[in-house]
Amino acid sequence: MKELKIFGVVAFFTLFLYWGVEPFAHSQMHKHVEGHGFTYDGTADNAEAAARVALAKESGVKVKEAEATAAAKKTFWADVARISKLKGNATAGEAGFAMCAGCHMDGAPNMGGVIPPKLDNAGALYDKNYLIALIKNPAMASNVDHKYADPMMHPMGSVSTMFTDDQSIADVVAFLKAKKSAEMTNKEAFDQACGRCHAMRYAKTSQLGDTPKFKYKKDELSYQVKILEEQDLVKAYMGKLPPDLSMIIRARGEHFMETFVENPQGHLAGTPMPRVGVSKEGYEKVKAYLTEIGDPSKPAREAIGPWVILFFVVFSALAFLWKKEKWRGHH
Amino acid sequence: MAKFEKANSINEWMDQRLAVNTLKKVMQTEYWIPKDINFLWAMGMVLAATFGILLVSGIFLLMYYKPDVNLAFDSVNYTIMTEVGYGWLWRHIHGVAASLVFLIIYIHMFTGIYYGSYKKGRELIWLSGMLLFVTFSAEAFSGYMLPWGQMSYWAGMVITNLFSGGSLEAYGLVEWIRGDYVPGDAFLTRFFMLHVLLLPLAIIGLIVLHFGTLRIPHVNNQEGAEIDFEEAAELYKAGKVKESKVIPFSPVFLSKDIFVMGVYFILFFYLTFYHFQFAMDPVNFDPADGLKTPAHIYPEWYFLWSYEILRPFSKDLGLIAFGIAQVIFLALPFLDRSPNVAPASRRGLFHIWFWIMLIDMLVLTFMGKLPPQGIWNTIGLVAALTFFALWIALPIITKSEKKL
Repeated sequence: MKELKIFGVVAFFTLFLYWGVEPFAHSQMHKHVEGHGFTYDGTADNAEAAARVALAKESGVKVKEAEATAAAKKTFWADVARISKLKGNATAGEAGFAMCAGCHMDGAPNMGGVIPPKLDNAGALYDKNYLIALIKNPAMASNVDHKYADPMMHPMGSVSTMFTDDQSIADVVAFLKAKKSAEMTNKEAFDQACGRCHAMRYAKTSQLGDTPKFKYKKDELSYQVKILEEQDLVKAYMGKLPPDLSMIIRARGEHFMETFVENPQGHLAGTPMPRVGVSKEGYEKVKAYLTEIGDPSKPAREAIGPWVILFFVVFSALAFLWKKEKWRGHH
Repeated sequence: MAKFEKANSINEWMDQRLAVNTLKKVMQTEYWIPKDINFLWAMGMVLAATFGILLVSGIFLLMYYKPDVNLAFDSVNYTIMTEVGYGWLWRHIHGVAASLVFLIIYIHMFTGIYYGSYKKGRELIWLSGMLLFVTFSAEAFSGYMLPWGQMSYWAGMVITNLFSGGSLEAYGLVEWIRGDYVPGDAFLTRFFMLHVLLLPLAIIGLIVLHFGTLRIPHVNNQEGAEIDFEEAAELYKAGKVKESKVIPFSPVFLSKDIFVMGVYFILFFYLTFYHFQFAMDPVNFDPADGLKTPAHIYPEWYFLWSYEILRPFSKDLGLIAFGIAQVIFLALPFLDRSPNVAPASRRGLFHIWFWIMLIDMLVLTFMGKLPPQGIWNTIGLVAALTFFALWIALPIITKSEKKL
């Protein structure tokens, strides 16, 4: 069949073209960052620190500092691993949690750049090791220690004066895991993990949460001013206003989003964005919400797609029969 | 006024006033197409259908799109995608069709080159076709500006910058085109007008011309054989359809076209529903930001080969090379000096020329997207030089071609 042979040639070159401009080009254009399944044990941090030591040695600048940071990170994550193995006492942790609630409460004001999140779902939303690391040293845990000469300068830096021994950290994390793991909606997961810095205008939320409807223009405007003031505080803390996340799920690939949320420094070295430490289940909820807002047609596409394709399969079959009929006797 | 008899049917009534029966004969049942063809001959109708889809989906999108730098992005990504019923479907159809139309154009073009369908008598078919390619390119580029994402903005910046003419430094011309120092509101509204009015009008006019140019020289066939169409048509009309070398456009030729279209639409809607990412660059889902250059700026895949001809040379040389590459295909009927109308496989050296040209353009396309560094640069330069070498070689090898 000559026509099939010609079709084969056309199909081959078309697929080859596609391969070259899509999978191949993208594999060459972007840095590949390996994911680690939303577990936090400092592997990436230690590797980054080691790479920085090598770089410093090469240029001969600030070698001592780089080595000190690498050593500190190693010790820090070894400590985290040790605390993780301790058996936490949730009842004892409840007393410790009272200290957290001083800042982490409903309607808390901006403190040092961001509004402290509510912790009602923290046990489910965040990974256990990450919570331990965060209470031990927030700057180190969120991998933005390069921003702080003194870890106490981190907005949550004072936590290290509240939980001074390993057992108290293990206890409060046990409490969070046992008592603060309430089921949450996808939106709640997003609001707590991302929404305090990132607005999402397609979902009508800002850094202050859902934008209410106002009866009077005056009230609406004064709320707008409040948003701007909050954004200024976040901007001052972050260096720039973190981007609106309405369309981020389509602007970045799934793999990028996952690995970026796990460890922002892996893709964007030096970024002020902290690692938020979501657990695997927590991230699934965040991703579902980003998809719901940024790619709302997904369910409709999946529902209609097969029928449209089926229509054209039947159409082609009928057209083929018609063609056969019309060409009868022509050859 | 002419004298009109009482008509006995609607058809007769129409025929008296509009000669519909004659029109039907001339345009369909007695518009003769060679019988010796394959499915590649259906690409013209596939293109017409795809253009129709672009037009219809475009009309739906036009109802909700807002050409304003402050509103454009959200009107596309929020209003159309979320609030308008099936707005997402029209948008994905429009995006996928805009990409696929170029795939089919390239297949159509290379079919013409392979079978020598631009040769003596058929030059105008080729020229009007190439003009369509140019206007489709302009249409694609202007449409790419409209969502006002990062790629829209930066592609607009890069392409309009080309008009500064390298060392001529004609920045005044660039500003005149943009209506501003950088792409802004005037730029967007101008390209909006071009995309939805002037260029579609030009395309429709050129399609009519393209069809018209086919009429006298007739469509080519698989062997490039010269056919006495009148004699063959008489044979067909006398019922000797097997002996006749022609078929009527409608319904015989059309029945095959419709089947090919059906198969094409399976692919089309598979891409629309499940695999549209290739036609809708993720970077363009970030809103335009004049203070943040994306890490990689590259055009859509169908412009990559000419982009790569621009890139490996110095500024002025690159621009000249780019300019030549844009128009050189127009000269094909005049650079091919061989009198043979035959498939490339029977034309000796030209056969080799054809496949090298095809592969070279694929290589240019691949390199055009990759970051310009290391080995990619060298490959790109060699491919660009090969492209020009092929065009210089064309008149020489075709001149010495043996007459078949």
